[in-house]
Amino acid sequence: MTTKTRRDKKDEQILERMRDLAQAVIDIFGEKGNPAVQIPLRSLSNSVYDEESRFIRMGDKLQERVFFHQGQAKRFMQTFLVASACKELLDVRKTTSIRDLFYMTKHTLARGENTFDDQSESDPVLEDLEVTIGALREELHLFASNKGTMVGNLTLVDSGDTIDCRSMGTGGYGIPSIVEEHVVQFKKCEADFVLIMEKDAVWRRLNEDKFWKKHNCIMVQSGGQTSRGVRRLLRRLHEEKELPVYVLVDNDPWGLYIYSVLKYGSINLAFESERMAIPKARFLGLSSFDREKFDLPSVVTIALNKNDEKRAREIMKYPWFNEKRWQKELQKMMDSKVKLELEALSSRGISFISEKYLPEKIKNDDYLE
Amino acid sequence: MPKKTTMDDLFLFSVEPVPAPAAKPVPAPVRKDPTPEPETDAIPTVPDADAPDRHETGSFSITGTDNLFGALWEDQPAAAEDATPRQRQRVKAEEFATQQREISISEFFAKNKQLLGFDSAARALMTTVKEAVDNSLDACEDAGLLPTIIVEIQPLEEGRMCVTVQDNGPGIVREQIPKIFAQLLYGSKFHRLRQSRGQQGIGISAAGMYGQLTTGKPMRITSRIGERHPAHYFELMMDLKKNRARIVKDMIVDWDVPHGTRVEIELEAQYKGGRQSLDEYLAQTAVANPHAEIFYTNPRGDKLHFPRVAQELPRQPEEIRPHPHGVELGMLIKMLRESPHRRVSASLQHEFSRVTPRIADEICELAGVPTTRNPQKLTGDEIQALYKAIPQVKILAPPATAVVPIGEELLRRGLARQIRGAEFYVSRSRSPRVYRGNPFLVEVALAYGGELQGLVDHGDPGELSVAGIALDQEKTLAAALLDLPGFNRKKVAECLEKTGISPRKRVKGLEFSEIAQLRSAYDSYARQEADTTSAQIIRLANRVPLLYQLKACAISRAIMEMNWRRYGVTQPRGGFPQGPLVIMVHFASVWVPFTSESKEAVAHFDEILEEIRLALQECARELSVWLSRKVKLKASRERKSLFQRYIPDLSRSLAALTGGKPKDIDALIQEALEEFADQIELPEMVDLEASLPTGDSDSDSDSDPDSEPEGDDSDDDEN
Repeated sequence: MTTKTRRDKKDEQILERMRDLAQAVIDIFGEKGNPAVQIPLRSLSNSVYDEESRFIRMGDKLQERVFFHQGQAKRFMQTFLVASACKELLDVRKTTSIRDLFYMTKHTLARGENTFDDQSESDPVLEDLEVTIGALREELHLFASNKGTMVGNLTLVDSGDTIDCRSMGTGGYGIPSIVEEHVVQFKKCEADFVLIMEKDAVWRRLNEDKFWKKHNCIMVQSGGQTSRGVRRLLRRLHEEKELPVYVLVDNDPWGLYIYSVLKYGSINLAFESERMAIPKARFLGLSSFDREKFDLPSVVTIALNKNDEKRAREIMKYPWFNEKRWQKELQKMMDSKVKLELEALSSRGISFISEKYLPEKIKNDDYLE
Repeated sequence: MPKKTTMDDLFLFSVEPVPAPAAKPVPAPVRKDPTPEPETDAIPTVPDADAPDRHETGSFSITGTDNLFGALWEDQPAAAEDATPRQRQRVKAEEFATQQREISISEFFAKNKQLLGFDSAARALMTTVKEAVDNSLDACEDAGLLPTIIVEIQPLEEGRMCVTVQDNGPGIVREQIPKIFAQLLYGSKFHRLRQSRGQQGIGISAAGMYGQLTTGKPMRITSRIGERHPAHYFELMMDLKKNRARIVKDMIVDWDVPHGTRVEIELEAQYKGGRQSLDEYLAQTAVANPHAEIFYTNPRGDKLHFPRVAQELPRQPEEIRPHPHGVELGMLIKMLRESPHRRVSASLQHEFSRVTPRIADEICELAGVPTTRNPQKLTGDEIQALYKAIPQVKILAPPATAVVPIGEELLRRGLARQIRGAEFYVSRSRSPRVYRGNPFLVEVALAYGGELQGLVDHGDPGELSVAGIALDQEKTLAAALLDLPGFNRKKVAECLEKTGISPRKRVKGLEFSEIAQLRSAYDSYARQEADTTSAQIIRLANRVPLLYQLKACAISRAIMEMNWRRYGVTQPRGGFPQGPLVIMVHFASVWVPFTSESKEAVAHFDEILEEIRLALQECARELSVWLSRKVKLKASRERKSLFQRYIPDLSRSLAALTGGKPKDIDALIQEALEEFADQIELPEMVDLEASLPTGDSDSDSDSDPDSEPEGDDSDDDEN
């Protein structure tokens, strides 16, 4: 059990980092000072697109979080509240969900104020802690709720259980939040590529049509924006099994951004890009040009709203979308002023996507990279 | 005021307006002065034979009305502009006078009660008390006695009341009593230029007359001038046709008062509460006269006592001659024509105050009038030239001794005694200024916040009380809350809705926490009420409270025209400021320009408005400093509590991470908070006492009105 020892060591390391951080704060209080925690900034301004490796890295900008500041006091307290909860998990050697963490740390302060009102408040604080002490979520004994399902020509072992992804019924294999090698190992893999889509409905259609069998692939649905587990799993399949990754998303700025995150990493979690980004991920569709190519009726289009247009303009400005073909794709969307959902393909027949659209696109290498 | 008289009535009095101030410095006709008056305007009306003893005749003269209606003419400057109206006027006046001289002034007033403030039963009660109290205060001060005044209103049947006002003044000699009390226009105040409460000597006799007209009862006077003198008791009726006293009783009585006067008048009267009540009037009188002690029994039988705040009498205001700045043309004409001096320069020097030989020469030179000209022979053009030259010459302000302020400290203390529990008081006395040759000064005091904001002591947390008032334990909550002052069904419903407590719940079944909720609901309600209620305004003219005609008064106008928002006080457009605020303005002058004879509103003179505005601004500036400090303090307290809210969790977490003790770390952070708070963002506590002005050191200074720095010209803009 060499891994176990390694993990214990890692736990020790992380506990020590948290202890040091806390002690430094206590010392500054002792000097009647205003303690500050230096937190690497997770924002667009601190995201650097690394042209060489082709993914987003976190820059070296820091934000300072002090206690004696009326706008920061609560966050400061929350940061250490989360840290102490993580310490507790490490101490008892248990792993829990970030949802659990939220409930572990939520309680009422004076006058009806809560430490956290909802999870959307505690999640960023956890991310702050991750980047501050340089520990990954799983190293803090935390995981996100499972999100994303998978079927295909693959056999894997999850915590010692062998899973055959060829016989997962209609539901598929639920992708866990932690898919590191100590949890998930790949066994037999015959697939030629991986197809990842944002829509569960589309995934089900393809699963029912046994698309993965016919085309010898692995199909993953992410239910919207991809979770860390899905991204890490895709990255491992891409890297270890050398499978190309095709991405199928709605034809709107949000769909494009899902692709962008898979490919380059997210701005928010730029520190994890290195082990998650798939620079060679292929954008299969829906492309703005698909409407003409596949003769989709205009009735299935949806007009872009103001938010969509704003998001599209923002994305056009990201350095990693700076290439001509991407600008063309985005410009086409802006010009046509419409968006398309994956389901729009069904206007040409219920299995149009599995029998015509996808095979043609893949056969013709009609994708953007 | 003239609107209320018919044209016929007016014609009885004056045919053509004579400039009002013209009469002020001139001795009035109706006085018992052995020296016959020199040429007054009024000669035509009264036969010479009557002159020395005019009051006995009961007829009136134009000069008298002229004074009486002083304010009327102020509104008609056109008459004053005319430099040579005298010939024509005299003829006309003579003509009318010969026709009408048998008409009695008493009769006129009997028909026109509203002119003197007797237009309703409620008003009559107020005016009667007011006139009697004014007289008492003036008499005491003239005699150098600290006034102690007893006011008692006794309700009788059929809408009648008996007003009794007694003072510890010098008393009145027996012979004078009938004239003073039962003869209109008998008095010594209106022909002198000096700050005093009454100005015409018409009030108390008018009150007696009103009483007589409404009840048929005589006025009862008791007066004693000293311990070695007997007390005289009179019952007086008034002969309205002849304006003469009819003595019903005249006797010597036993009176255990060493000196003083007691007036009893029975009249048709109505007692009302509220801001225009007699109670309010006497309370304000006490504020305006901190040296006076007042005992008051109202018609309900409540006994109120306003103790003395100051143990010293205010300085006696001096009589002065008019100041040249602001003198009207008509008045100038009159003064020059009547001057006994042979040279213009001498006239200027002696008829006016603050005119030195050098200044007189300067005026003449500027006007191109030889200093040696005989003033009686000046042409209209020459007088006009002098009139135009006067404002161009720098002349020292009128002697400050002519007007007496209440003083900043007494003003503030007086206000603080009457408006208790405010958080902030400020007062300012301005230096004397001049309007139309009359010195005047303005004082302002403000009270803000605290109990004015509805913050009250609710009593012990364990008591079943709200606002310190015990709730009836047997009642339902809704019924019990109705007993609170100012609460009606709507308010109770709102209050209960806020707390979520059932209105049908019995008071005795209330939990402590529910009582606390009710109290805080009451507080927020009261605060909201206070914040949207107009400021309370106390107007004083020569220490006399003005309760009526709020909107017509220069004081109100100055308050409304000021931009209070700039000082952090809410104010609807063009309205009075709102909030837990009391604004007190005292206008003191040798001659208060009332808008009407009932003396309820100060006329709108630019100089007066400006001074009131400046005084208000000085106080408002202090208020705004205090308000912003208060806001800051509140914010910093909140900030501190914000940190304190997070300290327990922070110290527990830090302790868990390091293995330390939460208690120790908590203490460490608390200490750091103190240190940190002091160092950086939390201002020192406001010392309320220190923020109050402590004296009136500069209120008596006699400074040049033209050179006083204002430094805030940008102030007050809009409107």
